[in-house]
Amino acid sequence: MSNVFAGQVLTLAQRSVVRTVRQPANIVFPLVFPLLLLAVNAGGLDAATRLPGFPTNSFVAFALAIPFIQGALFATMNAGTDLARDIQTGFLNRLALTPMRGIALLTGQLGGIVAMGVIQSLVYLGVGLAVGVRLESGPAGALVLIVLAVLISIGFGALGAFAALRTGSGEAVQSLFPVFFVFLFLSSMAMPRNLIEIDWFRAVATANPVSYLIEAIRSLIIVGWDEEALALGFGFAFAITVVAVALASMALRTRLARS
Amino acid sequence: MTDRHGIEAQGLVRVFKKGPRAVDGIDLRVEPGEIYGFLGPNGAGKSTTVLMLVTLLPPTEGSARVAGYDVVSEGPHVRASIGAALQEAALDPLLTGREHLRLQTTMHGMSAADRKQRSGELLERVGLTQAADRKVRTYSGGMKRRLDLALALVHSPSILFLDEPTTGLDIQSRLALWAEVERLARDEGVTVFLTTQYLEEADALADRVGIIDHGKIVAEGSPADLKAQVGRPTVEVVPADREERDRAAAILARFGEPCGSAAEGVAVRLRSGEADLAEIVRALDAENLKVEHLQLHQPSLDDVFLAKTGRSLEGAGDEEEVTPAAELALDRA
Repeated sequence: MSNVFAGQVLTLAQRSVVRTVRQPANIVFPLVFPLLLLAVNAGGLDAATRLPGFPTNSFVAFALAIPFIQGALFATMNAGTDLARDIQTGFLNRLALTPMRGIALLTGQLGGIVAMGVIQSLVYLGVGLAVGVRLESGPAGALVLIVLAVLISIGFGALGAFAALRTGSGEAVQSLFPVFFVFLFLSSMAMPRNLIEIDWFRAVATANPVSYLIEAIRSLIIVGWDEEALALGFGFAFAITVVAVALASMALRTRLARS
Repeated sequence: MTDRHGIEAQGLVRVFKKGPRAVDGIDLRVEPGEIYGFLGPNGAGKSTTVLMLVTLLPPTEGSARVAGYDVVSEGPHVRASIGAALQEAALDPLLTGREHLRLQTTMHGMSAADRKQRSGELLERVGLTQAADRKVRTYSGGMKRRLDLALALVHSPSILFLDEPTTGLDIQSRLALWAEVERLARDEGVTVFLTTQYLEEADALADRVGIIDHGKIVAEGSPADLKAQVGRPTVEVVPADREERDRAAAILARFGEPCGSAAEGVAVRLRSGEADLAEIVRALDAENLKVEHLQLHQPSLDDVFLAKTGRSLEGAGDEEEVTPAAELALDRA
């Protein structure tokens, strides 16, 4: 990677982070809302831990995986909206008139998402540990958890970037948010799949990739090193990221259709 | 081959998806170091032409060379030679002026030392040194436009495209920007392609003007030549006593043929040009006719537009205005 390209990526990533930091709502909601939801769920669904076969006696530990996914959704929607704004205001045209390579823009944008993903993961993990959750996989598991959470953020972020680049509309990006949330609610978010009694719900949750992302994070918290869960979680996260980055790259090529 | 600093276009056409023929066969030649004013109402095709010349939009038909490079096959060379401040300053309200310059200089691959030096120079030149570390959302319209200009100049381009650079600015900001554009052309030999819907801007700044309407150039030449094509100046006189309107008309008739005027006055198109003005004043005085108002009207570019299109430029842009960013967004969605 040349110095010029590296400098471009770094500067664009810095811009992405700076822009997020200067919009407090873009930091506060991705951090606070998932934690509030965790508190509500942990309080209301604690009795679920008494179900035969429930994998832990702490619902907080069970549900701590959810904020990592929700946080990634929030942050990536915000990043996608910011990119759409760049298109609408002509800022992307300004960049297109420089020798910047399109891949630098996408990498820089995703670099900002990585930075936000690391910060969010550290906060969620810190809050979990502070309320008594014990990470069964230990310090190395914490590191793997953060890597997986960041990979998920990149995948979702690239989907947000794809929507922004394809439509050029912040509203279109925002409209993805409920769709992602439907995927989240139709997953094993609130109950292990083997304990879901409604057949269609269990089938949907089994077919839903988000279930495997959550279960991989959850396994590191409440199980330890579950190779199958981690392989499925990383596999789906990687697949989502590859597909999303490919789609975003194609959309960027069309958007930056300078001669 | 076009000179390294010039612009040349032949039969340039752009048709948008499900849209109109925004640019309809434009031929252009802009000489090195020239300020070329591209004048027309909203929706005339000015911004679309600029987007094609700066390589952001491929022409549907025709060809164009900018700085000697083909805009379709040699885009990177074109972009390296030009600076552009497109319609509506495309700035990030959350970044400071200095951060914008840092971003732009980095994208142009400058070294850290060059970035710092060039940013400082440009901030000084556009009078934003004091405001450099303020977020752009606190800038006035004029400050944004000046920053926009500075960003277009970071890599010292030989050709500068300015798309309606003073739209919405107060007169003071407008004059400051005109002065900087003139300085760039005069002192640095930068070729300037400037679109505007302001007659006075084209008149004051441009060496040559192209008037565009409905995607076609309807007139081209220096402002003086264009106005001369339309006709001679007129003189309008309003007598102090409105009952003496006929007597005023008889005196003025010695100097030219009658033409339209305000209801209470009379006007003639001068036979010998503005040199007759002193004679008219003497004749009115000799006839002891008291005058409330006397005015010499030089033909304006609006008269040129009127003569060529049958409409006045003021208010001619009844089409819904589409910004360049919106045009691209529509085209690529």
